Amino acid sequence: MVRPLGFLVGLGFIAALVFAILTTPLTNEPNASHEFHKHPKHLKLASDGLMPHWDKAQLQRGLQVYKEVCSACHSLHLVAFRDIGDLGYTEGQVKTFAKGFQVPSVNPDTGEPATRDGLPSDYFPGPYANEVAARAANNNALPPDLSLITKAREGGKDYVYSLLTGFQNPPANLPKELRPGTGLHFNPYFANLNLAMAPPLTKGQVTFADGSPNTVEAMAKDVSAFLVWTAEPKLVKRVQVGWAALIFLLIFTGLTYMSYRNIWADKKH
Amino acid sequence: MSFPWAKNYEPQQPLMKWLDEKLPLPRLVYNAIGAGYPVPRNLNYFWNFGVLAGVALVIQIVTGIVLAMHYAANAGVAFNSVEHIMRDVNAGWFIRYAHMNGASMFFIVVYLHIFRGLYYGSYKAPREMVWLLGVVIFLLMMATAFMGYVLPWGQMSFWGAQVITGFFSAIPAVGDPIRVWLLGGFAPDNAALNRFFSLHYLLPFVIAGVIILHIWALHIPGSSNPTGIEVKDEQDTVPFHPYYTAKDGFGVGVFLLLFVTLTFFSPNLLGHADNYIAANPLSTPAHIVPEWYFWPFYAILRAFTFNFLWIDAKLWGVLAMFAAIALLFFLPWLDSSPVKSSNYRPLNRIFFWVLVADVFILGWCGKSPAEQPYVLLSQLGAAYYFAHFLIILPIISRIERPLPMPNSITEAVLAKHADAPSAATA
Repeated sequence: MVRPLGFLVGLGFIAALVFAILTTPLTNEPNASHEFHKHPKHLKLASDGLMPHWDKAQLQRGLQVYKEVCSACHSLHLVAFRDIGDLGYTEGQVKTFAKGFQVPSVNPDTGEPATRDGLPSDYFPGPYANEVAARAANNNALPPDLSLITKAREGGKDYVYSLLTGFQNPPANLPKELRPGTGLHFNPYFANLNLAMAPPLTKGQVTFADGSPNTVEAMAKDVSAFLVWTAEPKLVKRVQVGWAALIFLLIFTGLTYMSYRNIWADKKH
Repeated sequence: MSFPWAKNYEPQQPLMKWLDEKLPLPRLVYNAIGAGYPVPRNLNYFWNFGVLAGVALVIQIVTGIVLAMHYAANAGVAFNSVEHIMRDVNAGWFIRYAHMNGASMFFIVVYLHIFRGLYYGSYKAPREMVWLLGVVIFLLMMATAFMGYVLPWGQMSFWGAQVITGFFSAIPAVGDPIRVWLLGGFAPDNAALNRFFSLHYLLPFVIAGVIILHIWALHIPGSSNPTGIEVKDEQDTVPFHPYYTAKDGFGVGVFLLLFVTLTFFSPNLLGHADNYIAANPLSTPAHIVPEWYFWPFYAILRAFTFNFLWIDAKLWGVLAMFAAIALLFFLPWLDSSPVKSSNYRPLNRIFFWVLVADVFILGWCGKSPAEQPYVLLSQLGAAYYFAHFLIILPIISRIERPLPMPNSITEAVLAKHADAPSAATA
């Protein structure tokens, strides 16, 4: 009974698929934006690869770019002030840095909403009170939170770096329907080519204390490196622990292999 | 149970004797995975994957219990609670990445375990019950993995839940009310997240229970082997301990090496970037893609694009996807060949490898966007999948002429060793 019934069920599915094949067009609808869309440029950082480390000077510069430029529109709500101790700041410097921010609080006498100086245990405050305020200030676009941005986009840090440095005039042969509308800006690294963010970085916009170059590329690189850290502060530790685990397991597996061969030595199999 | 020459458990110390009289738990272990279980001597490395699947389940349960101590199953805070684990919990990043990649490792070993069974005919009599219970475990694993993927409450979690629970709405007439009842709302939200968390915590223990039945059913006829010839006498077997405990120990080492490489060096390789964006019911991702272990089934689901015989295309897809797994329950009776191992089945061997290629093609299509040529490939691939199990396999099991087989496991082993030196000198 199983085989004849199975045969009929099989024929049923295959018939449905044959009709599906015959009725599905074999060509895709043309999508002009594909041909103008570019793959991200590769960005090489100290935190890449199998022997990663944090370039603390670069991360500090990236934090400065975030604070002076990005934070005007983008929040960083998963990062606390205490976390920037990882970037090579002393406890005192972290306290001073936190104090430079006003965080929401409650007036202890009246219960009215108030603000107070930031503490290391506070998180980076966002630029807007809520999503409505953020959209109202940005032509109805919502600037995404940046804490996880290098993990939350295909291409990661390469994508962020390419996007920041990829603003340009639209090519002459760009079809009319793909041209940027009011309040939009052409960027071939963005999925639908036009995004609401204006080019955020201009040459010389941030002055670094260590005199590092402040071209658009250099600042984009520094802030991308910083955002790799915010997305995964445990990245370097993870790879280091990985090596220890791998070496332990190589020895363990070698020993288990030898005991396997030893036990089976006199047994043909 | 097992063979007459199986070693008998004889406790030596008074304490063990006393325990054996009151609760013979050491005896149970001795007979299940100790020296009391005789196993064919000729098992190859493909017989390691059962034990490895058990190890993977234990890793998932242990890491999962720790994660549940820090995770908050509430739609408002679930996403941030996972990031809290990644950032603030001691070694939380390790536990979470191990659990995330542990699911993939679990499916890798289970798929190899299933294809081992397909190639060597492990589903055939007298082991049909072992196979049936295995399919039940596979279904439970898929349900558990799906619900687990929803818990971080990222974009893919949310939209995956939207798509998968949408299957129920394909049921004619009562589909939509059933879906709303199961979700506890019109879309996945806090009610759904809470029940998924509850079930995600429950099902692994159900799996553990069915695994006990799976092993119990296995131990009645004893393990299969690469020749497919049943054990005839004592020289065909070796005691499980120390022979296969040692071999499985080596297997566990190799498994962990791969696991550690994935977890520590490329933990997000098999994940999806969109799941690092918090769930947003108002923004649909450009491509909704399930986890890799569902890709072949997702391709089958999407292959049906035509309302054939008054049945909606969507319902065809859902039926086909469930049928693709359900037909495995009938496999022992679809394949009537008395020969188990495909080593001696020249036709079945060819079609087995076509099936493997087909599943890879379906997987690739399931990962890709719903456009040509992937749609056509998934339609052809799905057609072959059903043809393989429901049409080709029953026919070839009738017409195939098996190759000559050795008389016993020992004869096969000795013949292999007699050949080896001459082959080396030739």
